Amino acid sequence: MIEKKGLLPYVILGAFLGIVFTKGEVISWFRIQEMFRFQSFHMYGIIGSAVAVAALATWVIKRHELRTLGGEEIETKVKPSAGLNYRYWIGGSLFGLGWGLLGACPGPIYALIGNGITVMFVALFAALAGAWAYGYFAPRLPHH
Amino acid sequence: MIETLSQPWPWWVAGPLIGLIVPVLLLIGSKQFGLSTSFRQICAATAPGQIEYFRYDWKRGMWRLALILGIIGGAAIGATWLASPDPVIGISEATNSDLVALGITDFRGMVPSEFISWSGLLTLPGFVMVVVGGFFVGFGARYADGCTSGHAISGLSTFQFSSLIAVLGFFAGGLVATHLLLPLVFRAG
Repeated sequence: MIEKKGLLPYVILGAFLGIVFTKGEVISWFRIQEMFRFQSFHMYGIIGSAVAVAALATWVIKRHELRTLGGEEIETKVKPSAGLNYRYWIGGSLFGLGWGLLGACPGPIYALIGNGITVMFVALFAALAGAWAYGYFAPRLPHH
Repeated sequence: MIETLSQPWPWWVAGPLIGLIVPVLLLIGSKQFGLSTSFRQICAATAPGQIEYFRYDWKRGMWRLALILGIIGGAAIGATWLASPDPVIGISEATNSDLVALGITDFRGMVPSEFISWSGLLTLPGFVMVVVGGFFVGFGARYADGCTSGHAISGLSTFQFSSLIAVLGFFAGGLVATHLLLPLVFRAG
């Protein structure tokens, strides 16, 4: 288990992210509507440039076999690159439904709470209920 | 300085800064950016029941909960010290008129406060947006094994096919919500 002291960098990094989410208007319900109506480049620019920067930086890390500050090896493989698994397209579409309605994905839900929009605690609770329901029904849902 | 930072940040500032989170997390401790796993962790910590999905060592992901604590604090800084002088976000004219036609009149702030607010929960659109929307965000993200951060940013940046499928799903669902469900709910409510 990580010591408490080891968590501070993550709090700081999170704070940075919370500021960027807010000032970049990523957490705006209006911006998400604009995106799903294809009426502005703003959100596409944000997601696209974030992916480009992340891809380039990850490539550099792999290319030079960089290690963590603590000297560990860095593992970059995130998900198994399987085929058209049910879980990705069904789960993804259901997530998209929620994203379109609520106008916020998980990170922005937390950031909106930080913005003082306290009704987002209800959205968070609903999301936790959704995650719980997934856990409950998971053995009976198609995944592969 | 503060004055400049208080203006809304353009996409070409905000996007690359968000992208940098991925390598920084890798370099700090070989951690992969993904926020919806926090839902699984919180369920595991509070109400695991006999559910196998929640019976795991959620404390190993404590770094993610620390990151989220930071997000909440950072967002509070963004909303106070760095608050934009204009409370109305500069969305396009086309979106503005579409949303007026839908039934939204108050464009101040991050969310339409007639609906996404405590009193708004009592309206049909508000309830559907916050409660139904929130539920599907949680259910869908865990079913798909990732959300916008885990699939769209982490996954796409490492060229994972499964993340591409998930992101196409995100958009399919979002389009249905925007162009079919919201108009239905607003007409009914």
